[in-house]
Amino acid sequence: MNPLQTAVLRVLELDARTPVSEIAAQVGATEAEVEAIIVAAQKNGLIRSYRTRIDWERAGQPRVFAFIDVSATPERGSGYDRIAERIYRYPEVHSVYLVSGTQDLRVVVEGETIQAVANFVAERLATIDGVRGTQTNFLLKKYKEDGVFFTGAETEDARLPVTPSA
Amino acid sequence: MKPLSEKILSVPASGIRRFFDLVAEMDDVISLGVGEPDFVTPWRVREAAIWSLEKGQTTYTSNYGLLELRIEVVKKMRERYGVEWDPKSEVLVTVGVSEALDTAFRALLNPGDEVLIPEPCYVSYAPCVAFAGGVPVAVPTRADSGFRANATDIASRITPRTKAILLSYPTNPTGATMDTAGLQAIVDVCVAHDLYIISDEIYDRLSYDAPHVCVATLPGAYDRTILLNGFSKAYAMTGWRIGYACAPAAIIEVMMKIHQYTMLCAPITAQIAAMEALRRGDRDADEMCADYDRRRRLFVKGLNDIGLDCPLPGGAFYAFPSVKRFGLDAETFAEKLLKDERVLVVPGPVFGDGGVGHIRCCYATATEKLQEALRRMERFVGRL
Repeated sequence: MNPLQTAVLRVLELDARTPVSEIAAQVGATEAEVEAIIVAAQKNGLIRSYRTRIDWERAGQPRVFAFIDVSATPERGSGYDRIAERIYRYPEVHSVYLVSGTQDLRVVVEGETIQAVANFVAERLATIDGVRGTQTNFLLKKYKEDGVFFTGAETEDARLPVTPSA
Repeated sequence: MKPLSEKILSVPASGIRRFFDLVAEMDDVISLGVGEPDFVTPWRVREAAIWSLEKGQTTYTSNYGLLELRIEVVKKMRERYGVEWDPKSEVLVTVGVSEALDTAFRALLNPGDEVLIPEPCYVSYAPCVAFAGGVPVAVPTRADSGFRANATDIASRITPRTKAILLSYPTNPTGATMDTAGLQAIVDVCVAHDLYIISDEIYDRLSYDAPHVCVATLPGAYDRTILLNGFSKAYAMTGWRIGYACAPAAIIEVMMKIHQYTMLCAPITAQIAAMEALRRGDRDADEMCADYDRRRRLFVKGLNDIGLDCPLPGGAFYAFPSVKRFGLDAETFAEKLLKDERVLVVPGPVFGDGGVGHIRCCYATATEKLQEALRRMERFVGRL
C-alpha cells in the first residue's frame, strides 16, 4: 500500500461518512483518485464494512451482551477453524476470536434478554461438537468500544478564543 | 506617584487584546484565533502526572530541572536530529519556551545590543528583547518567498551592535519552514559576523512536507546556538508551561543563574508529565500531527477556493492567506469578518510589518467548525 492509500483508509476509519470531496482535500489528492482507492479497497476486502456505532442504552432499547470464553478441542488439519466457523455462523454471535491463555475462543454474543443469551449458550454453543466448556460473563456497562467513549468524555473546547500572546 | 518603568511602558500592548475584548461580548463565534492545539494532553501523560501527585512528588527539583528529564531531552534530540548535548550542563528545563526566550535574551544582551528578528513572527520576541535591554531589529520577509528569511536581507541589517538572530522555523504565524540550504546560508552569515543564534523550534514536530532541520546540526552553528523547544504544541501541553533550552555549557550556566533567582525551577508535576511525553508519547504526537496535516490540506484548499490566496504552509498549524485583493486592510477585514460573520482571525500586522495584507487562521479546530468557518468566510468575501 502506498502512503496515499493509507491516508485515505485512515480518514475513513475515523469517520466512514466523510465525503469523497473532503477526503480528497484532506489527503491532497483528486476526487477520482480517492474514489478509485476506495473502490479497490472494497473490492479486495481491505474495507470490511461501514457500520454505525449506536448507543442503544441511551436510546432506551438496551441490548444484552455476553463474553463467553470457550474451551474447545482442536482438530487435526483444521485446528480451531471448523469449530469457530460453526459458532460464528449464528447471527446471535457478534464476534469470535481465537485467543491465547487458558481458554481457546472468545465469543461475544448479543441478545434481547439475559435469558435469550443464556439459552443460546446452553442450547446451541455448549452443545457444539468439540466444545468442552464455556464460561459466560455478562456485560454490565460499556465504557469504551472501538476507540469511542460511551460514558463521560473530554471536556468541551476550553481554549480562550484568542491567546493573548500567541 | 513616581512613573513606572520606562522600558516596559515603551513596549506596546499586544495587538490581539482588542479582539479578545470584542469577542467576549459575542455568541456563536468560531475562533481561528487560538494558538494552541484542540487536543487534550494525551491520557498517558496526564496519568503519569496524577500518579506522581498520588506518590507525593511535590518538591522543588534541581534548578536545571530533573536530571532524568534532561537525559530524555538529550536522547530525543539525538534520536531525531543526531545532535548531542551534555544533560548535566547543557540543558535547562524552563517554564515553557516563553521563559527560555526571556532568559536567553537576558543572558546574551548588554544594553543597546541588537537582535535580528525575521518578521512576521511570534509576538513576544521583540518585547522580550526590549525587556532585556536590547534593540529588536525587524527583518521583513515576503509572501512571494514563502515568508522565509534570506541571508542577504539579514546581512544588510547587521551593524557593529548586532549580537544575535532569532530564528523560528516552522514559523508562527506563517507556517513557513526552511530547508538546509536556506538555513545554512543564514548560519554562515552568523559565523562571519560572530552572532549568536536563538532558534525557537517549538513547532519542529509539526513539519508536514519535509523533515525538520534542527539549526544546531548545521556546520558552524552548534557553538553559537541556543536551541529552544517545549511540549506545548507537539504533545498538546500548553497549560503545563514546560520547555527547555539546549546550548553550550557557558551559556546555559548564565541562563541558569537567571532562572535560579527568578523561577527556581519548573513545576515538578509538569516535568514528570514531560518525561512521560518524551518516553512514550511519540505515537500520540504522530497521530495529532497526522490530524493537523489533514485539516491543513482541507482548510487551505477551502481558503483558495473562496479566493483567499494561500500557498500550502509547510509547518505549524496556521494558514496565513492574503486578503489584499478585497481592498481592505487586514485589521478592517478581521474586524468586519468577526462582526458580520462571527469568525475570529488575527490580522497579520500584529506579527510585524511583513504581515500587512494577511490574516492568521489557526486550523487546529474541529473539521466541522473549519468547514462552517469557510462557509461564513465565503459569504463574507462574496459581499466585499
